[in-house]
Amino acid sequence: MSEATTSIVQFDNVGLRYGTDREVLSDISFTLYPGSFYFLTGASGAGKTSMLRLLYLAQRPSRGMIRMFGTDVITLPRKNLPAFRRRIGTVFQDFRLVPHLSAFDNVALPLRISGMSESEIRKPVSDMLEWVGLDHRSDARPATLSGGEQQRVAIARAVIARPEVLVADEPTGNVDPDMAVKLLRLFEALNRLGTTVVVATHDVHLLRKVPDSLIMRLDKGRLSDPTGALRYPPRREPART
Amino acid sequence: MSEPSFTPRRSTRLSGRSSRILPQARMSGPMPWVIAIMVALSVIAVAAGLALNNLAANAQAEIEGGATVQIVEAAPARRDRQAELAVSVLSNREDVEEVRRVPDDELADLLAPWLGADALGEDGIPTPALIDVRLRGAMTPERLEGLDRAVRASVPSARVDAQASWLAPVFEAIRSLQYLALGLVLLLALTSSAAVWLAARSALGANRDTIGVIHHLGGTDGQIAGIFQRSIGLDAFLGGLAGLLLGFTAIMLLGRQFAGLDSGLVAGGGLGLGDWIVLGCIPLLGVLLAVVTARITVMSALRRSL
Ligand SMILES: Nc1ncnc2c1ncn2[C@@H]1O[C@H](COP(=O)(O)OP(=O)(O)O)[C@@H](O)[C@H]1O
Ligand SMILES: [Mg+2]
Repeated sequence: MSEATTSIVQFDNVGLRYGTDREVLSDISFTLYPGSFYFLTGASGAGKTSMLRLLYLAQRPSRGMIRMFGTDVITLPRKNLPAFRRRIGTVFQDFRLVPHLSAFDNVALPLRISGMSESEIRKPVSDMLEWVGLDHRSDARPATLSGGEQQRVAIARAVIARPEVLVADEPTGNVDPDMAVKLLRLFEALNRLGTTVVVATHDVHLLRKVPDSLIMRLDKGRLSDPTGALRYPPRREPART
Repeated sequence: MSEPSFTPRRSTRLSGRSSRILPQARMSGPMPWVIAIMVALSVIAVAAGLALNNLAANAQAEIEGGATVQIVEAAPARRDRQAELAVSVLSNREDVEEVRRVPDDELADLLAPWLGADALGEDGIPTPALIDVRLRGAMTPERLEGLDRAVRASVPSARVDAQASWLAPVFEAIRSLQYLALGLVLLLALTSSAAVWLAARSALGANRDTIGVIHHLGGTDGQIAGIFQRSIGLDAFLGGLAGLLLGFTAIMLLGRQFAGLDSGLVAGGGLGLGDWIVLGCIPLLGVLLAVVTARITVMSALRRSL
């Protein structure tokens, strides 16, 4: 049980402002525990993307303290960031696929960055493309893919290296409801393997699809806590495999 | 449906097809040509410097320890007598290896182009007697003075000159030309670096988004710089090869023209095997320069991102 109570992410009084504008995030304090499934909800413009940017280390906060994997990431030297980022999988709201790489090469990118050999890469990438239903498009460039297909490539790329934390920003925004559920199943599968999942969505119907999920709600840059996600360590049901 | 297999994590540098991450980072376009021209010019400049070096070394060896005794005397009979005396004085000295009076007809041949064949001969303009002296070992001002004193004691009208001193201005000119060649090579290197710097900057700008993605996926600055280094290195290698070919062709053509001059001095200015090897290394140095410049440019630009 000690593992479950050791936090993997900890925000303490975090505030964020872009430039000299008002704060888009204020007094954000919460703790995420390993192996849990979190939804981050809130209206458009509430600050979900901004909070996820802090989580995947694309942005430093204006104030407050952030610890990840037990380390203060605010004072972390720049040269140590890549090692942390490799432990985090990210689905960007705007996908950010590399335009001149095929779907296969985009999904393979995290594995190549982590130094895996080409022979080790082929099968997992093919499997992953098959799972997201894109095995027939593995040679296609992002520009020739539909929005939903691009999103699935982006998700495949985020989960391929089996990150310790998966951060997904509106990952089902461009797919039909069936595919949305299927993608959530993929996140759940990863979650069952021990990955902590954080999914930002403004779609409240999605929340019901993952029964054990914990919900954080952002409202105008402030956090509320409908399921007690921020106060208690998660309850894991031991029967689930 | 079965779930996809999740593979374990690992961590090192970008491998394999990673060069395909940034095809646009190929700084192709003008880059290989710029490098080809720089390498060709460098090869020619270095070849000139090396040839001048050989020329100077050859001439040096030829005249080292050499001195010339001139006897300026209008009356041919007296002149010949004094010359014989000087030759005997010189021949008896320990430090002299070889003494040779330059025969009158040889002297006439040397002077004919300037004075005309008619002006010389028995009734023509009187010519001085010339005696070539070769010392054991190198010539020094002190030895020259000793020689001068000894000859003048018997033949007061004699003048002794070191051959090297005649050529001193030529050696100085050669030295200056060599500095010029070195300066040119340094300028070319500087210009090439600047060209690579500009190309790397613009490639960085064109690939900003992709670089951002690689950073977010945990790619290091070193991995990103490596992509650019490979690309510029390949360009520099191809350009360098073309430049080397161009430079060698130019040297061969120039060499053939100089060989046609049939001048003793220039004949000593050929290139040896070692020289050709030095020239062959220039493209490799070009590649090194380009790669190092690209790395420094990319690394310092990335340091400003998060
Ligand atoms: N790069 C930025 N510069 C300035 N303001 C920004 C930037 N990104 C987001 N914002 C502002 O921050 C607020 C929160 O945006 P965002 O985090 O994208 O919310 P959400 O993802 O919930 O829609 C918005 O008011 C938005 O205009
Ligand atoms: Mg958003």
